[in-house]
Order: sequence, then structure tokens, then C-alpha cells
Amino acid sequence: MNNFAPVFAQTLPLVDVRHVRHVYGKGSGPGLTVLDDVNLTLHDNEIVGLLGRSGSGKSTLLRSIAGLVQPSEGSISFPRPQGQTTVSMVFQSFALFPWLTVLQNVEVGLEAKRVPPEERRRRALAAIDLIGLDGFESAYPKELSGGMRQRVGIARALVVDPDILLMDEPFSALDVLTAETLRTDLLDLWSEGRMPIKSILLVTHNIEEAVLMCDRILIFSSNPGRVVAEIRVDLPRPRNRQDPAFRAMVEDIYARMTTRAAPGQPREGLFPGAGLGMALPRVSTNAMAGLIEALAAEPYNGTADLPQLADQTHYEVDELFPIAEVLQLFRFAELEGGDLRLLPAGRRFAAADVDARKQLFARHLLACVPLAAHIRRVLDDRVSHHAPASRFIDEIQDFLDEVSATRTLNTVIQWGRYAEIFAYDENASLFSLDNPT
Amino acid sequence: MVFFFEDTRGARPLARMVREGGASFWADLVAFLLLAGVAVLAMHGAGQMARPLAQLNTSPVTLDPANLPDYALRTTLRMFAALAASLIFTFTVATLAAKSRKAEMIILPALDILQSVPVLGFLTFTVTLFMGLFPGQQLGVECAAIFAIFTSQAWNMAFSFYQSLRTVPADLAEVSQQFGFSAWRRFIRLELPFAAPGLIWNMMMSMSGGWFFVVALEAITVGNTTVTLPGIGSWLALAIAQEDFRAVALAVGAMALVILSYDQLFFRPIVAWADRFRVEQSAAQTQPRSWVYDIARRARLLKGLLALAMRPFGLLARIRLPERPRRRRAATGGAGGRLLDGLWLGLVLAACAGAVWLLGRFIAQNLGWGDVAAVIGLGLATMVRVAVLMAIASLIWVPVGVWIGLRPAWAERLQPLAQFLAAFPANLLFPFAVLTIVRFDLDPDIWLSLLMVLGTQWYILFNVIAGASALPNDLKEAGRIFGIRGWQWWRQIGLPAIFPYYVTGAITASGGSWNASIVAEAVSWGKTHLEATGLGAFIATVTEDGDFPRVALGIAVMSIFVIGFNAALWRPLYRYAERRFRLD
Repeated sequence: MNNFAPVFAQTLPLVDVRHVRHVYGKGSGPGLTVLDDVNLTLHDNEIVGLLGRSGSGKSTLLRSIAGLVQPSEGSISFPRPQGQTTVSMVFQSFALFPWLTVLQNVEVGLEAKRVPPEERRRRALAAIDLIGLDGFESAYPKELSGGMRQRVGIARALVVDPDILLMDEPFSALDVLTAETLRTDLLDLWSEGRMPIKSILLVTHNIEEAVLMCDRILIFSSNPGRVVAEIRVDLPRPRNRQDPAFRAMVEDIYARMTTRAAPGQPREGLFPGAGLGMALPRVSTNAMAGLIEALAAEPYNGTADLPQLADQTHYEVDELFPIAEVLQLFRFAELEGGDLRLLPAGRRFAAADVDARKQLFARHLLACVPLAAHIRRVLDDRVSHHAPASRFIDEIQDFLDEVSATRTLNTVIQWGRYAEIFAYDENASLFSLDNPT
Repeated sequence: MVFFFEDTRGARPLARMVREGGASFWADLVAFLLLAGVAVLAMHGAGQMARPLAQLNTSPVTLDPANLPDYALRTTLRMFAALAASLIFTFTVATLAAKSRKAEMIILPALDILQSVPVLGFLTFTVTLFMGLFPGQQLGVECAAIFAIFTSQAWNMAFSFYQSLRTVPADLAEVSQQFGFSAWRRFIRLELPFAAPGLIWNMMMSMSGGWFFVVALEAITVGNTTVTLPGIGSWLALAIAQEDFRAVALAVGAMALVILSYDQLFFRPIVAWADRFRVEQSAAQTQPRSWVYDIARRARLLKGLLALAMRPFGLLARIRLPERPRRRRAATGGAGGRLLDGLWLGLVLAACAGAVWLLGRFIAQNLGWGDVAAVIGLGLATMVRVAVLMAIASLIWVPVGVWIGLRPAWAERLQPLAQFLAAFPANLLFPFAVLTIVRFDLDPDIWLSLLMVLGTQWYILFNVIAGASALPNDLKEAGRIFGIRGWQWWRQIGLPAIFPYYVTGAITASGGSWNASIVAEAVSWGKTHLEATGLGAFIATVTEDGDFPRVALGIAVMSIFVIGFNAALWRPLYRYAERRFRLD
């Protein structure tokens, strides 16, 4: 659309990522593999989306391409011969310097390139005009709303004429309406060819945003992050969310993200690790109860289409999937294709009163979550019926890193308290079978 | 919040055993031993304080190492007594200032002025008072010393408490109003817990500030009579007079031991306990841990004792005072209120004018304008010194602090060190400085000045480290992505980010330097006595001579300088920093 360069230059990709592997962690102990064997090529004139949940390493990959982080293994190369391929980044939290005005913020990159002041100012004003912030040049970031701040971030990234624009969840810190406006403005600029960039690499956890904006979507799994699928989005622009083809693609992606990469694997393997080493997400009993009730009610009556459910509850992939997967772990519901289906136990839960719910929850907790059963068993076996939290943390840390271990234990504590299978004293870090005094 | 001596988790075996829930019998035993030990020490020290005054002359302070533990105990008791007095002062005065607007109008400026008046000034005028209260007993002199230490500790605690009372979160305040909390209940349940973290931090700073003056405060001169109280301070004074290096080293060792003990036994447990009162919702970096606190939690003995001690308070709380009808506020709105305020302000101003006139008359009785001009000249000399030193210290320590702050591993290691250095009484090193200056025949005017900033430059360092570590990660990344380097990086990222922190550190350092000038501009070692031209030296000399009018003049001039500096430079700078450079 906006590239008239000779064809042979276009055959070389802009970025070539091969077998990149990234491991966090200090020398001793198991490192946390964030990215595993990731391959990616970025060509001219396309918007590529990296879609996945938190912990799938997409931001790490983006930062590797930006040069902020070095991968543990693999290579990232920029094959184009003439000059260096320049990259620029837009941040989720805007990352504007609070003590500089809008104009000064936008000029920051140009100043680093030693561009003379008059030209700097001219280009910055042009970029501000392009992004629609005319009139705000002398404002400070704290005087601007979130959407305007992100516009400044985009202007700052564009003004240095980068080849590739990297965007790290640029709209997730904005409210729904502002995000939508910004998205459409960005797409308009892209379609009209008014931005100097060649390609965009976009990280997101919003499936609809990915389908709306991208030409190609790479779907990542998490723990560790691998590319599980690559989807071409051939829908013509401007794209319509209500278009059947659009909805079909969204549905397809939901389905891909909720099933294991390898077919034939047992479905309860959605959480990394097994037994005591199962890493649990932070999901509260309130959220679980809410989702079960939403499923049981109209219009779903027990079976819900995930995209529709996400739309209705205003949840994004990052928030909805963990709750759904925990429900599956508890055998209250089942994930199948792009649907979430309530099992009989879940229906009973939805219809029961508070006490009956607690009992049902307690039975399933002891049956399905090994750590909870283990804690209860230890408390039952001991004479004093007391056990310190550090004992369990040490056991879990044989399998998991510190952060995951703490999160898992905190989640089980919350579930256990709701089910009243044990009590926990935060001050003393002590599990017990007593009721609180 | 940053605390002294940050400890990593799961370090020591005793702590781990205690945490693993080992038999609470051991915890009981250790708790009992600690409590008993502290009680015995306290009673022994207190008993000694009540002895007659004459005994000080019959058994004067000697440099016998066997006496050192006793002296250390006495000094520590004095400091804790002063801390307790400061706490009571804080609870009464700061609460009054926070609740009553009229009281606030006088209390705040008064605290500000008192904070700027050099500590030694108080000593000269109050020692006679206290000795008159307890004639013939050591207790009078002890009280004078305790009062002097109190004046070095109380002000920042009062300010911190006042500040906390004024910034109680609105939603919590509304809840307590809704449920009709009485004033006492509100104080105990809401205001005190909320103010606790800041108050404890300031208590720790006050304690370390007190050590700086202990040397000067334990040898009290009233006119021609010098009363030397047994303590580390007088030990040090004697060691310096007798040029005894070994004794100085012993004193430094004893001080370090004492600081370490009360840090571990008193402050760390309180900090660990007060962690639950932190209001900010974000997860703490590291939870403060204290092995004493862990033991205290496990020991049933302590729980029993505490329950017993709390019984009378519980009974008190159950007393229902007859409810006063709630007076509606703003009854005197509009012109009536303004008139009352105006009257009150007029009254206060009249009182101030009266005080100034009295002071002026007292000074003018013995001195003339020439003297005043000379003293102001000396003040200018000290001011130039402070300014130059602050500039040099900033030029050195700001880059170092930013370098350290940007590297979390180093920051974690070095910040507690910088805090310790800021707390360590630098005047222990003065004798060595005197020797060096004498040996190399250097100009005291220039080289003694370094001593002034020796103890206070660390405030700049550790505040800048804190500021640099607080720089958000995405701003650092944005800087790297856009290739911002070198001077541009400093101008647009580094310096603005640390600016509010730097100003905080600089205010403390500058105030501390002024106070330090009194002990740093006139330093002696045995018979060698070095003096620089400046206000601090002037005040030190006339205090020794017992020349009251000159003392008053010197103190007044120094206070005016410090307050002027604060009002003209530091306050506006701080407000500017808050407005422009806050990372929101």
C-alpha cells in the first residue's frame, strides 16, 4: 500500500528472530524459562501481533528485539544492508517524563540524535499535529488524560522515523472508549500511509484488538512462552467487529488458546507442574462463584461461547482464562473448543445456598487441589494441629520459583479459608484447625 | 519507608528456629532473660542517678576501662529518658497543633524556630533551673542533661506526628466519624497507628542525632563550675583533654556496641511490629524482620504480661463519659470568625514583639551595635562555609548516589551503610582531624570546615540513592530506546528524578551542618586548641566563658540565619520540587 521500494529489497525481512530462548533467574536454582525456541520474521508493510497471556514472554521478546534485553540463546538479526534498522517503542504505561512538556517529550529522541533545534521543533510539531494533539504542546503530562498521554508516546516514537514500531500493550491502560478511538486513529494513519514506519509489532492480550489491527497473529502459550500458532488475518480493512468472518476468527483463536498444543494430552494439564508443584493463578472464590452464576443464568444456561462471555463480563483473555481454567480444575466446568460448559457439580453450586456452596467447594478443593489436601492432611496428622507456612513454602519451592510459590500458597489459603478446611494466622504465618479467637 | 540495617530473609539460625515454631519454652526463657536483664540495668542506673551531688566530686570520671560499661549504661538511660520525654511532648503538642487551628498558628512556627536554635544554647540557660529544682542531688544535673538531649530529639518527631495527623486518609476518618468514635478511641485506633511508621523512623533518627551532642552535653558548665556527669560523653571529653588515643578508641567501640544493642533489642522489633500499620497497599519490598520480635511473638510469658499491663487501659476504655452535645463547627463563620482569628493573631504578634523587645534589652544591656555587627559578620562567614561545603558535597555525592541507586544490588548493600554513616557521631573523628591539621600546619579556617560536613553529607548520599532507586523502570527503558545518553540523560532523566529527594537530603544536611558548626569550628585535642572564624566557634567560646549576653546574641543570630535560609531557599525549593518533579 505505501511501499514503492524495489521488489528485491522487500524479500529481506526487517527482523529475523531465530531459536530465541530466554531464561530468568540467578545462577543457582531452576531458572524460569520465559521464552523457548521462538522464531519470528517481520516483513515490510505489515502489522504483526503477539498474542498471549501474562507470563508468555511476549514483552520479553519485544524488548529483545528492541535491544533492551539480551536473549539467553538464539539470535535476533536485522538483515537489511543499508544502514541500521531503527526501532522505536510505545509503552503500556506511557513512560512520559513528568517534568518535560509535551513538545519536549516528543523532541527527546531527536535531541539524542543531535538534530539541530529548529528542525527538531519542526518535526516534533508535525508529529504532534499528526497524532491530533495540536494545542497541547506546552502542557505537562500530569495535565493530560490517559489517552492523550499515549498519543504523546506514539508521537515521540514516530518522530524519529523508525523502521519498526514496537508497541507493548499500548491500549491496555486505557478505558474502553479511549482505547477504541486511539486504535482507529492509528489504523487510519497506517492505511493512509501517513506514518513513516515500515512495520508494526504489537503485543496484546486482547483477542479482538489483535484481529482488528493485525495482518498476522502469533499466538503464544505461557510457562514457557512458545509460538503455538500463526494465523493470517486476510480480512479487508476497515474491519468490522460484527462481521461474521471477524467473529469466526475470534472464536477460532479462543479455541486455540484454550486447548493444549498437543492433542491427546489430558485436559487438566492446563496448569504447569503437577501435584504439589502445580502453579496456581490468583483467582478468588468470588470470581469463581460469579462466573458460575453467569454461566448458569440466561442466556447461556450452562454453555457459553467464550468471546461472548468475555464481551459481556468485560474481561480480557488475561482475566477470563485463569478463572475458567480454575473452574475446570475443580471439575465445576469444562473448556471445549471455544466454549465453557458447566458440569453438574457446577450447576449444583449455582443453585445452592451459602453453606451448601461451602461444603461443595470444600469437597472439590480437597479432591482436586493436591496442595490443599496435603495441608489438611499434615494438620490432621499433627498433635498440635498447627503447621507453619514456611514448611509448605519450602516444599513447593522444590518445584517452583519463589514468586509462583508464594502466589500458589496465597491462593490455596484463600480457597481453604472459604471452604473452612483450615484457618490461617497471617501474623504468625501459621496454619491451624482452630477457628479464629 | 527505608529502615536501618535492612536484613534479608531467613538468615540466622536462632531466628529460623524460632520461626519454625520450636518449643515456645525457649522463647519464654529468652524473653524472660532479656526482660530481666534490661530491668536490672535500668534500676541500677536509676538508683545511681539519685545519689547526692557531692559524690560526683569524690569519685570523678576516670579513664578506667572498668568504668566504661557503667558510663555507657548511664548515657543510654539518659538518651532513652529523653526519648520518652520527647514522645510525651510529641503526643501532647503535635496533637494540639493538629486539632486546634489557633494553637497551630503559634506551635508550628515555634517548633520551627526551636528546631533551628542550636542545642547547646538551651543547656546554658536551663541547667541553673534544674539544679535549683533538685538541690544537692545528682538528679538535678541529670535532668538538665536529659532536657538538653530532649531538645535535640523532640522537634522532628513532633513535626512527623503533626504531619501524619494532618494526612489521615479521608475514608478512614469518615468511618470513625460514622461510628461515633470518642476522641480517645479515635486517637488509639486511627491516628496513632497511622502515624506510627513515620514516628518510629523519626525516633530512630532522633536517637542517632542525640549521640552527636552527648559529648558536649555531659560536661555541663555553669559559669565557673563544671559538673561532669558519668557517661560516655564525659569519658570522651576527658580522653581528648588527656590526649589518650586508646581511651577514644574504647569509647568508639562502646558506642558502637550500645548502638547495635538498642537497634537490635528495641528499634528493630518495634519496626517489625509497626509494619502492620503501613497504609500503602503496594507490596513491601522486604518485610522488616527482627529476631527479638519473633521471640516476643512466641513467648507466652510476654503475652501474659502484656495482658496484665493492658488491663487498666481496658477498664479505662469502658468508662463512658457523659456525651457532650456535638457542637456544630463553623458556628462562627464569616465576619465573626475572621474577627476572632484577627484578634488571636494580634495577641500572638504582640507577645512575640514583647519577647523580642525583652531579648533585645537583655542583649543591649551589655553589648553594643558593634558587637552585633561583628557577630553577624561571623554568621556570614559560617554561612559561606556551609554553602561551599554543601556545593562540594553535592558535586561529589550526587553522581555516586545516582550510580548506586540505578544498580539495585549495590543500592541494597550501600544504602544501610550510608544511613549508618549519617547516624554515626562524626565528632568522634575530630581529634584525628586536629592532629592532622597541626601536623601539616594547615589553615583551620578552610580545613576545619570539612568537619562540619563530615557527618551530614551522608544525608545527601542516601536520599539520592533512594531517589535513583525509585526511578520507574519504564522511564529508564524509554531513555535507552531513544538513545538518550550523557549530559542529555542527566539533564532530562537523572537530575529531575532525584531532585525532590536531593532537596530533602540537602535540607537535613544544611541544618545539621549549622548545628555541627558549634562543635566543629572550635576543636581541641589536649592542649591544642584550633579555631576557625565563624559563628559556631563564637558560640562555643562564649558558652565556655559563661558570657550569657553574648551567648544569647550568638544563638539569636544563628537562629535568624537558619530560619532565613529555610524560608528563603529550602522551603520554596521544596515546593518547586514537589510541584514539578513528582513522579505521579
